[in-house]
Amino acid sequence: MAQPSATVSEPGRSDAAPVLEARDLVKRFGDRVALRNVSISARPGELVAVIGPNGAGKTTLLSILAGIQRPDGGEVGHVPARIGWVPQQPSFYSKLTVAENLRLFARLEGCADVAGALDRMLEQTGLHDRADSLASTLSGGNRQRLNIAIGLLAEPPVLLLDEPSAALDPRQRERLWDFIFGLSAGGTAVVYSTHNVQEADRYGHNVIVLADGERLFAGSPRELERAVGEAGARDFEAAFVEFLRQRGH
Amino acid sequence: MRWLLLKDLRILSRSPLLVAMLVIYPIVIAALVGFAVTSGPDKPRVAVLNEVPASATQISLGGESVNVSKEAKPLFDAIHPVYVHSRQEAIDKVKSGDVLGALILPPDLTRRLEAATAGGGQPPSVEVLFNAEDPAKLRFVENTIKARVQDANSALAKKFTQVAASYIHLLATGGRFSFFGQTFDVLGLQRAEQILHGLGGKVPKGSAASMQLAQVTQFAHLARQNLGLANSVLDAVIAATVTLMFVTVLLAAGALALEREQNAFLRVVRGLVSRTGLLAEKVALAALCSLVVGLLLLAGLSVFVTLPWSRFALWVAALGLGALGFGALGVAMGALAREVRAASLMAFMASLPIAVLGLVPSGAVSSWLYDVVRGVSAAFPFKPTLEALKSALSHSGGVAGPLLHMAILTAVFTLLARLALRRFAVD
Ligand SMILES: Nc1ncnc2c1ncn2[C@@H]1O[C@H](COP(=O)(O)OP(=O)(O)OP(=O)(O)O)[C@@H](O)[C@H]1O
Ligand SMILES: [Mg+2]
Repeated sequence: MAQPSATVSEPGRSDAAPVLEARDLVKRFGDRVALRNVSISARPGELVAVIGPNGAGKTTLLSILAGIQRPDGGEVGHVPARIGWVPQQPSFYSKLTVAENLRLFARLEGCADVAGALDRMLEQTGLHDRADSLASTLSGGNRQRLNIAIGLLAEPPVLLLDEPSAALDPRQRERLWDFIFGLSAGGTAVVYSTHNVQEADRYGHNVIVLADGERLFAGSPRELERAVGEAGARDFEAAFVEFLRQRGH
Repeated sequence: MRWLLLKDLRILSRSPLLVAMLVIYPIVIAALVGFAVTSGPDKPRVAVLNEVPASATQISLGGESVNVSKEAKPLFDAIHPVYVHSRQEAIDKVKSGDVLGALILPPDLTRRLEAATAGGGQPPSVEVLFNAEDPAKLRFVENTIKARVQDANSALAKKFTQVAASYIHLLATGGRFSFFGQTFDVLGLQRAEQILHGLGGKVPKGSAASMQLAQVTQFAHLARQNLGLANSVLDAVIAATVTLMFVTVLLAAGALALEREQNAFLRVVRGLVSRTGLLAEKVALAALCSLVVGLLLLAGLSVFVTLPWSRFALWVAALGLGALGFGALGVAMGALAREVRAASLMAFMASLPIAVLGLVPSGAVSSWLYDVVRGVSAAFPFKPTLEALKSALSHSGGVAGPLLHMAILTAVFTLLARLALRRFAVD
């Protein structure tokens, strides 16, 4: 359990009011229930990791928070006017260059300083030298970097990231999290989903465990480890697997 | 929204193949549809009593040697001739409605023509018997005649438009004509008309002969008009409308579906652009592009066909509003089909029958069927665009009615698209 100093176990501003809050969200697709009474909240600067097996409902939850889908039950409150949203699949125009995509979305998001936002995001993603490449010519990882950059353009108070690090190499992943930490330190609440459980441990003030649309756990990574007792003491990943096993998943 | 429009234009400019297809394809289709429709499923049945002996088909007229049967061939190709053996038989067939009309060519026709132009003898007479003066049927006959002329030419040369134009010109005004290495002279309907007109003064007024001559003159006049002008304009109208439809519908449907295919749709509508705004942008994009293509097409056609440039504002109005209607139809298809391939296929498959229905001439099908066809056509922007363009490209008539019709259809299809967008991003 030797974690770098970057590990955050205490949410910085636990006393602040949530900047994002949703209660008892229900989402059905026909007979399938994708979310069953799932609640979530995030305070300014808080990092919330959503983890769970494939089909658990992570993407559905984030889409509802982003205002993309409407819940069949429950309510979403405390939603700031602008929420940054980075969908799971790259979402931009492959026939436009990196810079053209960023500029276009900066305008569509109503950024006051388009050129500034463009420079900032090219800098952040390290895509400066690919600025004039067509998006279709980018590698999978670079596409993901562009995908994330578009979500960050408007500097929103809440950022929703759906598996942001999935296609990134370790160095890029490190850069991404450094950047997200920077945002968090500046007061941005970040809710992200991931299949990399270590990431949830290292970069999450709080963890939400979803399985089959049900919220099985909400709390800090340490609390999750305590919840499984001795059986999961080896490390966080072992604790998570054991937790799911104990709950019959 | 401006940025979205610029974005789409940029994407288009980077898809030269798509642009080429969007422009060339509809023009080819326009030509094909023009053929398919104007040639009609059935040629009009015309009773023909030809009493001219085979030996007398070559005559000298106005100093030119004319092979009457050759010159008349396109006209006979255009009809379904029902050869009859007596005058009474022809009249009976016309009366019974078995044929649309009858053409009676007397045995001394060619001899009299020759003699008359030489300044003597009896004037020639051709009898044209019509069943009913149904303008719809008449138009159908005209269309059929024109299409046959084009048909013959398309088989001959790739640049059929030029050839058809020159051929029609030739038929109308006369001149030398080269045909598979053989050159022969064509009298031309205009000169025939002039010659016949000149003869008019030499025939005693009020006599039976002068009335018959007037009939022939009128026939030549009509034929020249049909071949020379009216139908060419109609073809230009059809070509422009079909092109406008394909470019707009394909572009609008494809561009909307592309937003979803690139996963950009949800991102875009989360931003400053509403879903309705996005639809409006796609309609505007498609309409703008197709308006340019449509105007270019008309400008190109105006080389071959006389079009009233003085009514240019009406062209733009007709093409522009038509394009908006097709754009709205396109986004409705794009929203329903959701994928670029499916959207293109749908746009294509639906457009073709809409065009064909819109072009069914009133005399070609039974009246109850025509009412059905007219009802269906009224639900799509094709027919109103056709009507508006027909008015705009002819020398008279307003376009307000069809334009209003199109505006309503634009609103209806945009609404339909907006409803379909509810399910657009759901996988
Ligand atoms: N549009 C949809 N129509 C029907 N079912 C859907 C739809 N979207 C999601 N689902 C279903 O809802 C459930 C949750 O899906 P979701 O995409 O939220 O899972 P996830 O946790 O993000 O999975 P993954 O880790 O694979 O990304 C799944 O069973 C999925 O099949
Ligand atoms: Mg997912």
